[in-house]
Amino acid sequence: MHLTTGPIDAASLLLEARPSDGGICLFVGVVRNNNEGRQATAIEYEAYAEMAEAEIERLLSSLRERWPQARVKIVHRLGHLEIGEASVAVVATAPHRPDAFAACRQAIDRLKATVPIWKREFYADGTTDWVDPTRAP
Amino acid sequence: MIVRVRYFASFRDHVGKDEDRLPLAEGTRVGQLWEDLARRVPHFAAFRAMPPAAVNCDYAEAARILRDGDEVAFLPPVAGG
Repeated sequence: MHLTTGPIDAASLLLEARPSDGGICLFVGVVRNNNEGRQATAIEYEAYAEMAEAEIERLLSSLRERWPQARVKIVHRLGHLEIGEASVAVVATAPHRPDAFAACRQAIDRLKATVPIWKREFYADGTTDWVDPTRAP
Repeated sequence: MIVRVRYFASFRDHVGKDEDRLPLAEGTRVGQLWEDLARRVPHFAAFRAMPPAAVNCDYAEAARILRDGDEVAFLPPVAGG
């Protein structure tokens, strides 16, 4: 299971390293208080849960093929999040740092592009909107 | 045959429900189902191209032929992370 409704304990992900690992790369995405010039107060995440789990599995499988030495774990939170709370954590461990950095970067970039998760932003003026990264600024 | 169509995020808001169970002719393709929906849902009619689609929880092309019992979803722009 890669989706959770409870808080993400990023520190616990650091325990994923094996004795043969020389590097741990941890990325934590947090809720920001602004987007496209608007002041945000909270975000609500929603997923097509069955597909998101499957898509993350496919993503992890492709990472294992490309970086066989690395091991990657992904946790994404759903539901209502306040500013500063962690929405996603990716940890990549590997014998050497280049693989850890590369696998971690690829994991979060592909997650944002393909995993069916959406966010509704709540703004200071009382309005809300679905975030659309494809929309021209 | 019957397929289950699921709506998420902004698409659910526009359709006004989570899902439909739609009777379709045998051999209907994903792209044809989208065109059917675009005729009925004003928000979808504004799309110049079919959004990303999934069949049974995996991305699928417009040419994919649907089968009885398939679960289909057209996906608004994803925004995880």
